[in-house]
Amino acid sequence: MNKKALFVFLIFLAFPLFDRNQYHLDVLVNAGIYAILVLGLNVITGYCGLLNLGYAAFFAAGAYTYALLNLNWGWSFWVSLPACAACAGALGLLFGSCALRLRGDYLAVVTLGFGEITRIALNNLDSLTGGPNGLSVKHPVIGFAGKGLDFGINSLPYYYLTLSVIMVVAMITSRLSLSRLGRAWIAIKEDEVAAACMGINTGKLKLFAFCIGCAIAGVAGWLFAGKQGFVSPESFDFVTSVMIAAMLVLGGIGSISGSIAGAVALTVIPEVLQPLQQYRMFLFGAVMIVMMLFRPQGLLGGKRILEELKPETERIRQEEDEVLSEDLRQ
Amino acid sequence: MSHSEIFVQQLINGLTIGMIYALIALGYTMVYGIIQLINFAHGEIFMAGAFLGLTVFGLFSPALKLNSALMLILMFVSAMFVCGLLGGLIERAAYRPLRKSPRLSCLITAIGVSFILQNLMMLIWGPVNKSFPAFFKHSALSLGPLRITFMQGFIIITSLVMMSALHFFVTRTMLGKALRATSEDMTASRLMGIKVNRVISLCFLIGSGLGGAGGVMYGMYYNSISFHDGYLVGIKAFTAAVLGGIGNVPGAMLGGVALGMLEGLGAGYLSSEWKNVFAFLILVGLLLCWPSGILRKLRNE
Repeated sequence: MNKKALFVFLIFLAFPLFDRNQYHLDVLVNAGIYAILVLGLNVITGYCGLLNLGYAAFFAAGAYTYALLNLNWGWSFWVSLPACAACAGALGLLFGSCALRLRGDYLAVVTLGFGEITRIALNNLDSLTGGPNGLSVKHPVIGFAGKGLDFGINSLPYYYLTLSVIMVVAMITSRLSLSRLGRAWIAIKEDEVAAACMGINTGKLKLFAFCIGCAIAGVAGWLFAGKQGFVSPESFDFVTSVMIAAMLVLGGIGSISGSIAGAVALTVIPEVLQPLQQYRMFLFGAVMIVMMLFRPQGLLGGKRILEELKPETERIRQEEDEVLSEDLRQ
Repeated sequence: MSHSEIFVQQLINGLTIGMIYALIALGYTMVYGIIQLINFAHGEIFMAGAFLGLTVFGLFSPALKLNSALMLILMFVSAMFVCGLLGGLIERAAYRPLRKSPRLSCLITAIGVSFILQNLMMLIWGPVNKSFPAFFKHSALSLGPLRITFMQGFIIITSLVMMSALHFFVTRTMLGKALRATSEDMTASRLMGIKVNRVISLCFLIGSGLGGAGGVMYGMYYNSISFHDGYLVGIKAFTAAVLGGIGNVPGAMLGGVALGMLEGLGAGYLSSEWKNVFAFLILVGLLLCWPSGILRKLRNE
């Protein structure tokens, strides 16, 4: 962890000492949950170059896993964590193994389809998920048999829990990006054909990136369900998926600090501009267009990302694709 | 009514909605065929067409009778015109600067445009469902036990006329030839002296205009429109475009009708809660198993 990141972390760590306003903390917890989601999407889109427009489905998988385990078998919040990540990851494995044979736009549309199918299924499987009415679940508790701290609706414990989860997820994804695996992902993103020629098993590694990103969404879902004490399908619609993508675009596709900054900015700004609540979708749309037109690497994206998004790079890639498709036709 | 009669009746209902899907699918397929972009905003343009039709009706309803031909012409022409301009404007402002960027950037921009349009429609026409005037009342043509309402006949015939006009334009005129050439190979077309940018704008103009006409028909058929209907209908029309073979104009017409009929039959035998899942399942299954569609040779995707 570099000095700047440590400094920002310390500011957030000390924030509740100066501001104990429950509402402010609550907004920051929501921002944190989105930051975890954006970090997960960053693995899929930022590292591996796959756009996932049904990302909210995996968020839902984590949230509903905790809700169902808690309601039916009395699993505690903490014990459910691995199950939530595993369930979302498994769903990612299932969808990914079908969808990842497609590329680019078609992949985006198929993931969108999967996301909507999941949401409508949650809405209609009344006996299991409670349908549109949703499910109420227990807030997390620390300690044994009634003695100890019940998180309840106090925002402070969630604040520190979210902060620590973000730190762990950011640490894991940053280590991943620097590892052999992360370099392979970036090679796939930059040029799949060349990566395959270098002996990278592109299919397997793309699926792996997809799964890890989905498992991280599952962790965010777990936190969301515990904090809200309630889950319902309407939290996991297409707008949520696009909002997460907009946060990533704003911060910088492929950048960890950017992912977190994008999530915080796009959660806090609509809260500050409460009277303009009805322009929320306008804001997300405008952010996506303006960033793509004027600063495609995002607010905090590095030089490498900019280089990758340059027209010349794209031209080379397209020419290669054409040559490849000619070969396939023969 | 016997089983076979219900079946045929559902087919007629499906054909009607399929014609509307086909009109919208043309916009997706023309744009994809020429610049390989899934124009996510197209569903919203279609919805804007419906709202514009309603507004024009509101403006002229004191002066003109409900079913007068002039009223219908005014509604269709103004919706098509404004939607065409809107499509052209979006292309000029949002997509053209990104012509050479990665396709991911264009796709993200397209989603952004769609969000902005949806929000604008909510602000202009309000968040609640708007009711559309009931044209043609309930007069219907009876063919034995089958009923074809005037509305259905009107939609089918008008769409057929529009699609034939488009087909004539694409296959028989000089501009249509330029359009086909550009979608075949943009660089070579530019070398042949075709103004590629103008052709692309034209493509957006026509596609969006047809989408606007589809919007007015959608409003007339369902009698109720809401600002977020565009998303789902847009996805269904995109499915139709893929079903017919994306980038292929006759394919989009065929795909729209096929999807409408499939959905009509599905709606007859499935519960309404799962009806939308059905549309998405077709979309996902199609893209995964048969991305080439009915009328297109497989290209590297």
